[in-house]
Amino acid sequence: MSAANTRHRGAGSQEAAGSQEGAGPAGRAPRNRTADRAGPAGPGSGGIRAERLSALAQQHGALVALLLTVLIASLSFDSFAGAGNLENIAVSSAFLAIVALGMTFVIVSGGIDLSVGSVFALGGVLAAWGSRYGPVVALLLALSVCGTIGLINGLLIARARLAPFIVTLAAMLGARGLMLNITEEGTSTFLLAKDSVFAELGRGKLLGVGIPVWITLVLFVLGGLLLRRTRFGQHVYAVGGNEDAASLMGASVTRTKVSVYVLSGLLAGLAGALNAAWLASGVTILGQGMELEAISAVVIGGTLLSGGMGYVSGSLAGVLLLKVIQNVINQIGSLDSAYQQVVSGAFLIVVVVVQTWLGRRRKARLTSPG
Amino acid sequence: MAEAVAGRIAPDRAAVHSWLQAYGVYVGVGVLLLFNVAFTDHFLSAENFRTQAVQVAPILIVALGMALAIGSEGIDLSVGSVMALSTSLVALYLGYGPWVALLATVLGGIAIGLVNGSLVAFVGVQPIVATLALMVGGRGLALVLVPQLEDVRDPGMRALGSGDLLGVPYPVLIALALVLLVGFAVRRTTFGRQLLAIGDSRPAARLAGLPVRRVLLCVYVASGALAAVAGFLATARLQASDPTSLGSLMELSAITAVVVGGTPLSGGRVRVGGTVAGAVLIQLLTATLIKHDLPPSWTQIAQAAVIVLAVYAARERGKR
Repeated sequence: MSAANTRHRGAGSQEAAGSQEGAGPAGRAPRNRTADRAGPAGPGSGGIRAERLSALAQQHGALVALLLTVLIASLSFDSFAGAGNLENIAVSSAFLAIVALGMTFVIVSGGIDLSVGSVFALGGVLAAWGSRYGPVVALLLALSVCGTIGLINGLLIARARLAPFIVTLAAMLGARGLMLNITEEGTSTFLLAKDSVFAELGRGKLLGVGIPVWITLVLFVLGGLLLRRTRFGQHVYAVGGNEDAASLMGASVTRTKVSVYVLSGLLAGLAGALNAAWLASGVTILGQGMELEAISAVVIGGTLLSGGMGYVSGSLAGVLLLKVIQNVINQIGSLDSAYQQVVSGAFLIVVVVVQTWLGRRRKARLTSPG
Repeated sequence: MAEAVAGRIAPDRAAVHSWLQAYGVYVGVGVLLLFNVAFTDHFLSAENFRTQAVQVAPILIVALGMALAIGSEGIDLSVGSVMALSTSLVALYLGYGPWVALLATVLGGIAIGLVNGSLVAFVGVQPIVATLALMVGGRGLALVLVPQLEDVRDPGMRALGSGDLLGVPYPVLIALALVLLVGFAVRRTTFGRQLLAIGDSRPAARLAGLPVRRVLLCVYVASGALAAVAGFLATARLQASDPTSLGSLMELSAITAVVVGGTPLSGGRVRVGGTVAGAVLIQLLTATLIKHDLPPSWTQIAQAAVIVLAVYAARERGKR
């Protein structure tokens, strides 16, 4: 650890400062992020009311919107609040939520991971193929390959200092190529054995709720603890807030960055594996556009794309909000599924505009004298 | 200035890197050409060159807009969706004649560009997020307008897609004209100068009194309009409107062409000639792999490797 640290510091002012400026569009960010972060974290920052309000809107906006949407939807559509439909929403949210959890860490660290959709599909195909050797092999295979892709992403971004979006864009292409390669250009679909234990992981139920939903909840609790209550989590915030300051305070920037991309790869692979267990096959066309959904959910959940600030719980609310909206669009029979994309895109624009506006107001407040 | 600083640190390495970044793409194209001449059957035929040139035209046109966006230290991920939208608009408006259809597609591209540009320039949203939203929404909109593949039957469109002037296919002519136009705009106009200044340092450009917002808006409008033209040409060539798949992953090819061509992702420089060579390189790479019976998945893997290599080669010369 100390070796990595000194090396990083040795690279010092020219390297570190240079690459942060040069990291391209993904790396640009407002100056005041560390100050921003103090707001929602607790009573540390002053008691200016408007600032509190905007911080609250940032943190809980997705939850409020979710509750409102659910309320309106259950009043408007009889079928919405039925157990079957809610279960549908929960299970279809579970896979995206796991991906969004990893994305939250990446975005809080100031990066972005566009490869998750392809990695999700690859994880599913690998798990479906591996399930013939038992559930352990299925999971291990998916996790190890997807974790490795995350590791490569992380090393290229943290060590070679390449822009995150371009590296993960390439990984998106590479992972999908690999997946197509395994499946003979997508023509062969690996089916799970009928009575495979692995299928239980996707289809099984505990207390009437699907196992993927339980796994998601557990992962979110763990993820929340990891981000909020551990040294690693603090380092993720610090690196996303200001890389130079983080390395000066003793956080290993390289190690933190590599870890978040590995985490994102692992979670995307796990989500894909669970999805394959649920569908009982590794479907090759899955996961396209999933990176967008995951990023939207994270951003809607109040995580700043410029890094340094974000909430695991918000991402869960964001995922549920997206899925509820999609569900509602499906309930309106006359609307075709393409509307989901239009609505998602429009929704993302609205959220980003509001976020930018809130962030700018707070920044103006913090930088103004007095 | 960037070169001066880099030169002081490590003159030799910096020189090699800068040479590689600027001219590596031409070396790559040369190597691929030689390889194909030596090992690929029927490579040296007029028919083959024509096919390759026609296929490269849409990538090149999209890449030109992307080069402008990247030169302004931005990015435009929505170009593929703009192509999808324009193919839908062709299907909708072809009934009024090809010119109306062309007008509609270009207006559609400009509209998307206006939204992108306003988000980036006036609201201050990061380009990657703004254009990501339009990437999702744009393809959705295209599918709402035209839900499935439709045949495009029009003699004018067919002539545009497969006709030629003095042996040069129309799409290639149009692409070349746009290359000259963009090259001229970047090098010889105030807009180009301002664009590069903004890409180099936005705060400095603002302090110098440049119309930062207006220029950024124009960049994304230009990128949208160029992508729309590319979508129109691709529709003419395919003689079908297929909003599900047209332009998918185009943003990647365009970014690769621009980056491989030596335009740094950190902005402040646009290499139009390099972008042309970058687009040709991608097309040649794809064609080479296909002609040697490697499945398309290898093309994706190879393209991923090329992107990473190109960015890696360029990284030493980021803005300091």
